[in-house]
Amino acid sequence: MLSERDGAEMIVAEQKPLEEIRKLIAPYDRVLLLGCGTCVTVCFAGGEKEVGVLAAALRMAERIDGRDVMVSELTIHRQCEPEFVGEVRDKLGDAQAVLSLGCGVGVQAVAAALPGVRVLPGLNTKFMGETVEPGFWREACLGCGNCVLDLTGGICPIARCSKSLLNGPCGGSEGGRCEISKDVECAWQLIYDRLSQLGRLDLMEEIIPLKDWSTAHAGGPRKIVRPDLAKLT
Amino acid sequence: MSFEPRIVAFCCHYCAFAAADLAGVMRLQYPPNVKIIRLPCTGRVDVIHLVRAFEDGADGVFVAGCLEGNCHYIEGNLRAKRRVRYTQKLLDEVGIGGQRLDMFNMSSAEGPKFAQVASEFTERIRGLGPSPLSPVHEESRAEAGPVNMAGIA
Repeated sequence: MLSERDGAEMIVAEQKPLEEIRKLIAPYDRVLLLGCGTCVTVCFAGGEKEVGVLAAALRMAERIDGRDVMVSELTIHRQCEPEFVGEVRDKLGDAQAVLSLGCGVGVQAVAAALPGVRVLPGLNTKFMGETVEPGFWREACLGCGNCVLDLTGGICPIARCSKSLLNGPCGGSEGGRCEISKDVECAWQLIYDRLSQLGRLDLMEEIIPLKDWSTAHAGGPRKIVRPDLAKLT
Repeated sequence: MSFEPRIVAFCCHYCAFAAADLAGVMRLQYPPNVKIIRLPCTGRVDVIHLVRAFEDGADGVFVAGCLEGNCHYIEGNLRAKRRVRYTQKLLDEVGIGGQRLDMFNMSSAEGPKFAQVASEFTERIRGLGPSPLSPVHEESRAEAGPVNMAGIA
């Protein structure tokens, strides 16, 4: 396998339904199914093995419907970095379209590297999350651009509180559960429990001021430029 | 020509494979349609193996592991059970049909049970007919005329 499937924080995705994927590739009869060896391998959505299973399923489904579709398979280390995407260009062959099993970032990076080739998404990218246990992933970070985990005992109220409250809990917290669903833990209960364990309940008293959401997506598409790492000109 | 199903059986070394062996020693008859693949544990079975067996021409596939709670590797057979259930749904979506795949549990002492499972499963697949991927179906599709490819260019 291209990468280890150990627990890690990552981008979590899941495959689109087979019917939807078949509609996406319907106009083509030579498709390259492209996996990614990083996040989506760890969450079992788009790694080498998932590419193998989906490619076989597509070939069989199309054959049963009387269509002779050639689905070739390739999994690269990372779809989100130009230096790895180059391999796709070399191995594209006569494929008319690429069905990417990468996250949304991967799909876009592959599309940018392959002008004139249709690049289609085979996954729905869900969230940045952690592996709680095998087969169970949970959203953990919203990428708000201004981390408050130091104040909240290492539990993110932005991602894990349904209301993203900075000074919780609200009145909907009952028995450690959120009012939106018994399946959702109250992040502020978790924060309270954790701070209590750490002997830092004083942090609950601290009022976290209004958040500047311009560092999040509300400020428009974000980018980071590091002159120390930039290409020499 | 009568249809003879091609069946692949993924069998655990510690139970079903030994049971098949015992069935032989006991001179029990079961259909020769079943081709056995011996595994150290059914926990080795992955979705890809099951799917590829069908893609490569199997009309039916079964996985045979230890009795639940008796897996030599603690829970390999329970993992296999989940993967079989998942693959059954996938085969339904693909159009092959999940009923062409099944999982059975038996101990190494159950030679007669292996023979019975092999016979019953073979009859089930015989009843279902050739896999939709079988050349038989492709011939009948060809007889029905070319597939309309309009709009698929």
